[in-house]
Amino acid sequence: MAITEQELEIFRAVGNNEKTAIESVYKENYALIQHFVVSNNGSEDDARDIFQEAMMVLYEKSRQADFELTCQIRTYLYSVCRRLWLKKLQHSRRIESQVENFDRIVPVEEDIETHEKLNGQYLIMRTAMGKIGEPCKSLIEAFYVHRKNMQEIAGYFGYTNADNAKNQKYKCLVRLKKLFFAQYKNA
Amino acid sequence: MAELVERYLKGEMDIAERQAFEQMRMNQPELDQMVVEFHYFLEEMNRYGEIRRFKSNLYDTHHTLQESGEIKELQLDTKARIINMWNKYRRVVAVAASIAGITAIFISGMLSLFTPKAPFDDIEELRRKVSNLEKQSSNQRAEFNRFKTKIEPGTDVKFGGTSFLIDAKGYLITSAHVIKGAKKIYVQSPAGEDLLAEIIHQDQNADLAILRINDADFEAPRQLPYGFSQSQTGLSEFVYTLGYPRNEIVYNEGYLSAKTGLGGDTMSCQISISANPGNSGGPVINKNGEIIGILNARQTSANGVVFATKIKHVFQLVNELKDTDKDLNIKLRNASSLKGVSKSQQVNKVQEHVYMVKVVLG
Repeated sequence: MAITEQELEIFRAVGNNEKTAIESVYKENYALIQHFVVSNNGSEDDARDIFQEAMMVLYEKSRQADFELTCQIRTYLYSVCRRLWLKKLQHSRRIESQVENFDRIVPVEEDIETHEKLNGQYLIMRTAMGKIGEPCKSLIEAFYVHRKNMQEIAGYFGYTNADNAKNQKYKCLVRLKKLFFAQYKNA
Repeated sequence: MAELVERYLKGEMDIAERQAFEQMRMNQPELDQMVVEFHYFLEEMNRYGEIRRFKSNLYDTHHTLQESGEIKELQLDTKARIINMWNKYRRVVAVAASIAGITAIFISGMLSLFTPKAPFDDIEELRRKVSNLEKQSSNQRAEFNRFKTKIEPGTDVKFGGTSFLIDAKGYLITSAHVIKGAKKIYVQSPAGEDLLAEIIHQDQNADLAILRINDADFEAPRQLPYGFSQSQTGLSEFVYTLGYPRNEIVYNEGYLSAKTGLGGDTMSCQISISANPGNSGGPVINKNGEIIGILNARQTSANGVVFATKIKHVFQLVNELKDTDKDLNIKLRNASSLKGVSKSQQVNKVQEHVYMVKVVLG
């Protein structure tokens, strides 16, 4: 089926982390995935986890500079979820019976591999963040995750001015960098 | 140095500075190595932030859609099954229904044939009388109910503490000392409605009490948003509480400061949070929206040091109760549907199920 301009628009918007786009993809596709996972030995929580992981794959794909959407979002998501769920079933050695097909599928192996690699790096950073301790963790999160500016951060953490907060942030960053590379070598 | 590298990478240097820096980079291989490393690290850092933002958006979306009913949980399967059954047995049902219908018509026909004709006016009137009577008595009943379950003005109400639902069917938990010496207990819903409650069980040792709302005005929620933590909470973990230290629900946050309570008491834990006596019986909730304990605010001598009974004991208490009373149907949910949901949304959801305890002393 041809991909409409609107689909492409939503696909790009997901890459930009736009809430309305995420919501619309969610509304359109969640029931299908839920049905698929729950009908194949999965729980409601499994369905949510798998769907959200597939959304991550979609997001990463959309962020790639040379992205191309070769099929409908629905088909893509379903294919990713199917693959992810099969993997999980095999991993936990649950009954690997025939998995019912609910929709058309496209090959997504490569995208999932990329996702796993990226996710590995994300986990390394997460572990490093877990080890750094307070107040560094909150400070770095405030800047890099919640995108607060230095002025706000200074107020929030009780630094006398933005420069002080900035210095503290750099100290934390250097520590985090060490932790990150230590983790990285272990992985 | 780190600052220099970040500014360089972000392109925040002016031309002269940039050239000087690049010169330095050429001359000093260590610096070059550091820039490369830092560049990679910062990219990872930014990506980490992006992923976190995206994930939190995903969670929020899931939660909002679940709220608005656009995502339904668990019903999918049973619904399908019921529809299947209906399709399968439709014919049988139709035959059974028509047989029943025919029989009914036959019997009523026979009845009308053999019943002596009575004056219809009388019957009318009688019925009206009965309905009048009914109306009266139902009015009385309503009044009686209101009298029974509402606090009469002028009653001496000792202000107690906080409690919260542990089961959507109307079971609340609070601290035992809150309801000590109570003749009657009312809980005030967040909407401001007083509801009569009864004590199901109290355990002075653990300082816990389970109440049940016993009031026709109570509207049971479909499901509680929070779960009950199964795992140990680590030191310094973020926690928050909601309670009624005054006539209004109050939010406070803090962290777990020790895994045991006063004098090494393993039943409770120590929390660093600002709380007042009215907070007793309030929930202690972690960042995933899981209840980890019940506040009992026993020590007031040190500022910001509060103790809470661990949730483990609530599990134990409920299990013991189930053993002695088979009819007791309390189920503590493990899964919290608030995981990953932003704090303000969490608090919004949780506060609907936190009640003020009012005690009438005997």
